[in-house]
Amino acid sequence: MTLLYTEVEEELRASVRDLLADRCGSDAVLKRIESDTPYDMELWKTLAREIGVAGLLVPEEYGGAGASAREAAVVLEELGRAVAPVPFLTSAVLATKALLEVGEEDLIQELASGETTAALVVPLAASPYRPPRETVTVGEDGTLSGEVRGVAGADVADVLLVPVDSALYQVEAEHARIEVVPSLDLTRPVATVTFSGAPGEVLGHFERREVLAFGAGLLASEQLGVAEWCLDTTLAYIKERHQFARPIGSFQAIKHRMADLWLDVVRARAAARNAADLLAAPSAPAPDHLAPSGTSGAAGADAELAAAVAGSWCSEVALHVAEESVQLHGGIGMTWEHPVHLYLKRAKASEIALGTPGAHREAVAELADLPAPA
Amino acid sequence: MTGEDVASLAREFLAAHDPGDRLEFLRARFDAGLAWVHFPEGLGGLGAPRELQQVVERELAGTPQLDTGVQGIGLGMAAPTILAFGTEEQKKRFLRPLWTGEEIWCQLFSEPGAGSDLATLATRAVRDGDEWVVDGQKVWTSGAHHARWAILVARTDPDVPKHRGMTYFVCDMHAPGVEVRPLRQITGEAEFNEVFLTGVRLGDDLRLGEIGDGWRVAQMTLMNERVAIGGAPVRRGGGMVGVVAETWRSRPELRTHDLHQRLLRLWVESEVTRLAGARLREQLSVGQPGPEGSGMKLSFASLNQELSGLEVELRGEEGLEYDDWSFRRSDSVDFFGRGTGYRYLRAKGNSIEGGTSEILRNIVAERVLGLPSEPRVDKDVPWKDLPR
Repeated sequence: MTLLYTEVEEELRASVRDLLADRCGSDAVLKRIESDTPYDMELWKTLAREIGVAGLLVPEEYGGAGASAREAAVVLEELGRAVAPVPFLTSAVLATKALLEVGEEDLIQELASGETTAALVVPLAASPYRPPRETVTVGEDGTLSGEVRGVAGADVADVLLVPVDSALYQVEAEHARIEVVPSLDLTRPVATVTFSGAPGEVLGHFERREVLAFGAGLLASEQLGVAEWCLDTTLAYIKERHQFARPIGSFQAIKHRMADLWLDVVRARAAARNAADLLAAPSAPAPDHLAPSGTSGAAGADAELAAAVAGSWCSEVALHVAEESVQLHGGIGMTWEHPVHLYLKRAKASEIALGTPGAHREAVAELADLPAPA
Repeated sequence: MTGEDVASLAREFLAAHDPGDRLEFLRARFDAGLAWVHFPEGLGGLGAPRELQQVVERELAGTPQLDTGVQGIGLGMAAPTILAFGTEEQKKRFLRPLWTGEEIWCQLFSEPGAGSDLATLATRAVRDGDEWVVDGQKVWTSGAHHARWAILVARTDPDVPKHRGMTYFVCDMHAPGVEVRPLRQITGEAEFNEVFLTGVRLGDDLRLGEIGDGWRVAQMTLMNERVAIGGAPVRRGGGMVGVVAETWRSRPELRTHDLHQRLLRLWVESEVTRLAGARLREQLSVGQPGPEGSGMKLSFASLNQELSGLEVELRGEEGLEYDDWSFRRSDSVDFFGRGTGYRYLRAKGNSIEGGTSEILRNIVAERVLGLPSEPRVDKDVPWKDLPR
């Protein structure tokens, strides 16, 4: 294991970063969020086709890159840095992981190519550690009915993966009503998904805790990217901005805050890398099947603990750095034209996504043997 | 040189030497180049990559070990400085007994009037033929009462700005005029000392580096000190958080919801700090020195303080007691030992010793983040004209 980035990972990062610099600058993102198409599906197709990011977690025999959580994490760092409005987390991580756990083989090939996009129909705020609120039921005729609120990535999905009880159903998106609601996070809006007797096909058992904890552990890398952008951008600003005939970055009141933020981000990087590394370990499936990858046992518990640690730390750090970034930008930080608000909104929404920091710490209590009072 | 080469050297060494005689074994280990493999041959090393040291430690586990508590300053601070700036003669003379522990070292840097602003220090060294005559007072000197030698920074030219007029020496702690007095601390004991230097005569062969270059030499020592304080590897759930977690687990009747929330936060912070330290060591071992080191001591200090404070509170009634206030000398520095109250009080020093947390934040802000320094009024003023 290593907490550093490998050469291959750095190459992957460079290609994603180049493409995003070209196609996903902050002006473009600011324009897009108020358009009819908040997601940039052209960019997504390019990321999938040219760099192959959609199939990173998918084994090669199913048309994927046969890479691991480590590489997916590097892509998430870059997407976080750019608050890129693409469905990587929702389709290439959450939906793909759910299909890998089920052992599905056909749909996963379509997802890996980027031709098809999927979404897991759970609230983005779902915690890996709590039982779901069951709001969808299966009728006697086998069709699905019910409503799920706060789903990310559903509005750009071709296929919906719907957990009902502990089974995972596949529903074509055209059979559901998907209404995007005005969302706190402008670059990852959420939708209400409604089924009224929608035909669905059962795929297998939904490994809820494994899938959502895997997502939370990788979301930490996206949060790291958000924090890095905020830190870098603020640093550049306070070196340029003069008040009292000095750069404001020369005042200790500001320097000390920046030093603390930097230290938080340094530790976020280590936590996110550790989670990605441990989540990568058990996900290499045997070549002849796509069976559940067994996040049980000692290795699985280590990975789950690493994901919970990264989930709680990186959530709070991303939010704190974004909030400080708004403050240290002063008046300009409060304007719509400066992109820092996009990062604040992403950070605040991500704090709630896939388990709040407090929910992750409750998991740490269990996994690190620090029991609550009786 | 590969890990396998080093491992077989260590095995051959072990086959040929009796670990029963501790001192002879350590001396022979130094002579075999297995003390610190990244040091040059003839000086306890093999000129091998630093990360191969762990191979040696693995092969020689269970043989006599160094007393890192008492030898800490010698190993962590004096040795790298002597290696970088010493003459061949000085390296030959000092490094071997330093490593084996036959000679203990201490550090004569801080003064009552020069703490964070170390460069303003006032201890004078005046040239007299082949010797230097040293007068002044040093403070917060751990282990001065055991020490054979000290690393010393003194002012040799008061007529130039403060950073330029210092020179670095090795001070003979047995020389006439060296007086060591225990300094009682808030813990009740005396881990530190005041050291009074009165007409102490040091030969010019005890000078380390050029005359007037003492600040640059001292930087080497200070960088190593910060890594030594904050950079030691720990296992998951070890260190101070391990001490508190053990109390938490074994005393369910003491638990409250508020303390639980705070403990979980601190456990997570300890874990991410540990991981950042592990990542830093990985970067160092593959030759990508990262700036993370400057931050490790900052985290270490605040975590130790918060965790030890939490444990006093957790213990409730027992937290009102204290193990021993008697004024006595401690043998070595121990952050995690003794009782809860002691740990709480000792941890207060962690954000002061080896660079205060405020100075470390300046260092991070200026050297890592490239932020401009505060305007300096003392930069171009001769030291003797500074207000004090």
